[in-house]
Amino acid sequence: MSTVVDLNGESPAAEGRTVGPPPAADVLLEVRGLKTYFHVMDGTVAAVDGVDFQLKRGETLGLVGESGCGKSVTSLTIMRLVDIPPGEIVAGEVWFDGREILSLPMAEMRKIRGADMSMIFQEPMTSLNPVFTVGNQIAEAVKAHRPVSNREAWNRGVEMLAAVGIPAPERRAKQYPHELSGGMRQRVMIAMALSCDPKLVIADEPTTALDVTIQAQILELIKAMQERTGAALLLITHDLAVVAETVQRMAVMYAGKIVETGTAEDVLLDPKHPYTQGLITSIPSNVPRGQRLNVIRGTVPNPFRMPAGCRFEPRCPLVFEPCRDFDPPLRTTDLDRRAACWLHYPPSERPTVSDVAVPSAPVRTERVGKR
Amino acid sequence: MTLPIQSSVAAETGNPSIEPGPQEGVDVEVSLESLSQWQLALRRFLRHRMALVGLAVFSAIILIAIIGPIVAPYNPLDIPGARLEGGDPPSLQHLFGTDDAGRDVFTNVINGAHISLAVGLFSTLIAGIIGVIVGAIAGAAGGFTDNLLMRIVDVTFAVPLLFLILVAAVFFGQGSMIALILVFGLLQWGLIARLVRAQFLSLRETDFVEAARAVGVSNLRITFRHILPNALGPVIVVLTLLMASNIVLEAFVSFLNFGIAPTEATWGNALSNSQGAMEDGNWWWAFFPGMAIALTVISINFIGDGLHDALDPRARL
Repeated sequence: MSTVVDLNGESPAAEGRTVGPPPAADVLLEVRGLKTYFHVMDGTVAAVDGVDFQLKRGETLGLVGESGCGKSVTSLTIMRLVDIPPGEIVAGEVWFDGREILSLPMAEMRKIRGADMSMIFQEPMTSLNPVFTVGNQIAEAVKAHRPVSNREAWNRGVEMLAAVGIPAPERRAKQYPHELSGGMRQRVMIAMALSCDPKLVIADEPTTALDVTIQAQILELIKAMQERTGAALLLITHDLAVVAETVQRMAVMYAGKIVETGTAEDVLLDPKHPYTQGLITSIPSNVPRGQRLNVIRGTVPNPFRMPAGCRFEPRCPLVFEPCRDFDPPLRTTDLDRRAACWLHYPPSERPTVSDVAVPSAPVRTERVGKR
Repeated sequence: MTLPIQSSVAAETGNPSIEPGPQEGVDVEVSLESLSQWQLALRRFLRHRMALVGLAVFSAIILIAIIGPIVAPYNPLDIPGARLEGGDPPSLQHLFGTDDAGRDVFTNVINGAHISLAVGLFSTLIAGIIGVIVGAIAGAAGGFTDNLLMRIVDVTFAVPLLFLILVAAVFFGQGSMIALILVFGLLQWGLIARLVRAQFLSLRETDFVEAARAVGVSNLRITFRHILPNALGPVIVVLTLLMASNIVLEAFVSFLNFGIAPTEATWGNALSNSQGAMEDGNWWWAFFPGMAIALTVISINFIGDGLHDALDPRARL
């Protein structure tokens, strides 16, 4: 039916879009210079403003940051689930399994979603359709990608429910979402995400909406399923404990940019960026009882008025001369470690006020009018 | 790995296993039967006492409309009355009395039921079918299509209903039931379309639609399988209320002599014929047809109320 248009808007990539060379074969996902902006009534929000990272096959990466830093938008952009408009993928490339997927037509992208790349959502309570049985919904995901009969798809659903540790899966499959607890529903979501053996699973705060006791189980399950299937995992969270428990490598995001990357152990034990340092020292258990908690002073910058230089500069305790005017790019500090802070540049490589060029142009903030 | 942070996750449970722990209470609910949303709604509806009363009364009215003409004491064209000036008051022979022409009012009320109900039902059905289709297309497509369809809806709201009924009466010949049904249905679908569109716009943003997109379900399937069934609850409620109001509307336009031909026995025509009856003290001419309309509308509204409570997604069992 031609009247039902694409719910996602059309492909942002115009024909003849030029992209760089593909990454090495062992890299499953590579994001290069990704910028996703939202054009809203008051102007333009640069939700994701130049994000680079890569994820090797079978690897686990944690994307960490506070609310609104752009980590969810990053994952939705990779899935091509950002609504266009108001969203716009302004720049960047996303290479997945040897293909640049931002230029793919939506029909092609739909074949990838759920099959090679799938997502576990934050809210298991609302992520299942209330009018269908859970078995039906998993079977639907299977049938969307595989030429199987209804019976086979259903059986695959039951099999997946068993695999995610749901007892009596044959009976559970016939139940409706409202008959399952939050933890059970998240297991169903995981079963659905893994039903077509994806190469990449994106888990967007998969435990945030759950009871603390269930959180541990779900994390264990995600880890175990990831190991069993060999899928790569991109775990998005604001919980440093979850990162420490679950992933090999992590990337810290602040105000639409990645400020630090490295192995989870390195970053958590020896943070290079003042923001990461602030995050770790503000964990309450690091402070003796009775003493004031450590905080990062100030607030996240207004998305319409981002600082011209380093975005953390207004809050940074270690701020010095170049920070106000120049935004530091990520720089390799040690083996497999990168940080975006002028402190980690040798003095000779730091820009001075006499340098005219600003490495990163300030965010457009003009009013675009009522849409 | 020793880290400066305490793992809240591992600390909380000594035994993080893949199998769900007993705290999920899996086995407690084992004996419960599995009920779909619709089954749950039915169960809630059956607990709504007024709705059940409404359903019983309405079922009786439908039954009368179907078998009434067969069991009615007189043929509607018979003139069994005593031809008294002003007709006979209610008596054992004529339960609802007779009208000025000497016709049995009870027979007329019974015979009028099927026309009133048919107009109400079919006009609502037309409005519902067109409204759901247009609303679904507008809500799913958005953009230009949505804008165009909604402006058409605005136009249907701008057309004065009575004027069109008058035109239709001239065009199709006065008294055509089909014409009345078409005019009602074709002018009222806009209401349903707006409702369905609004439902679509909010359901499009739900997590389960996003989740369906994330597993690669096609847009067509999302529209008709994921969004539409969830959008129907409020539509069903509004359709019952629309049906009640259309029954009143039919009586009203018949009363104005723009509706069903005055020679047909309908509730509206019975009221129309009894203009001035109250002054003469012949209350039964108007009272019984009026009661028939009121009873029908009230019973439908009770059903609508019960459906509203039953289909409310926030309602729990």
